[in-house]
Amino acid sequence: MSIPAFGDSLIIYLIIAALLFGIGFYGLVHRRTLIGMLIAGELILAGASINFMAFNRFLAPDPTVGQIFTLFIMGIAAAEAAIALSIIIAVYRNYRTIDVEDVADLNG
Amino acid sequence: MVPLFSAEGLSSLVFIFIVMTTVLGAVIATHSERLIRAVTGLAICFIGVAGLYYYLNSPFVALMEMLIYVGAVCVTIVFAVMLADPNPEGEPGQGSIFSGPLSFALGIMFFWSLSALAGRTVWILPQGRTNDGSLEEVGKSLLTNYSMVFELISLVLLLSIIGALVLARQGRSRTGGQS
Repeated sequence: MSIPAFGDSLIIYLIIAALLFGIGFYGLVHRRTLIGMLIAGELILAGASINFMAFNRFLAPDPTVGQIFTLFIMGIAAAEAAIALSIIIAVYRNYRTIDVEDVADLNG
Repeated sequence: MVPLFSAEGLSSLVFIFIVMTTVLGAVIATHSERLIRAVTGLAICFIGVAGLYYYLNSPFVALMEMLIYVGAVCVTIVFAVMLADPNPEGEPGQGSIFSGPLSFALGIMFFWSLSALAGRTVWILPQGRTNDGSLEEVGKSLLTNYSMVFELISLVLLLSIIGALVLARQGRSRTGGQS
């Protein structure tokens, strides 16, 4: 019995990253609450990070660049999640809902 | 192809399991009706992504993925879910034309086009590596080549902390004034 060495090919990682991006995009369009859209956005960022790490492992002449880029993506994603969640809390205190259909008016 | 009952074959099996974990977590994160289950799916997905980073020769980034995403971001989203108390989502597909089959078709289209693009491109392998990409090399280049970006991201994090505090505090004082 034999099995292909899946962990050693670039295309597998790229396909996984594309799958995460597609699922995240589907969730971003499909979800109707703001927190659900934020979760889908985190999935898209994870797909981008996997792409960077895969190129770093297989193609980059300097294999520290992709790791550092992924660390910065993590920092930016944490900051984005904190800001987005505080905006969501503020929206909830004003509107009593976080459904995107209900917070569409700009009357304050 | 490697034999199944060797180190490489078993690591391939574990890799398949990690990929299944990632995809299953992502599907839970986008498909569950209750948001708290979606956050749990997101945490499962990020554990799988950390396993993928481990397979990509960087255990440090895998550890940071576990610490930051599973330990911080998911817990923060859980706090927001508890504070905002969202209702479970009704049947999707009402109100917008994008929710429903069209969003599914868009996701499939993005996935198919990106993977077709990745499969047809001829990737150029590097001639040689300047270092081995270990944690020591990452730390050296983080403090020499990328020190400016390192300082800037600390500034961004500080600003995001202050901004989150200001935004959350404004809503509280306004609600306190009304009630």
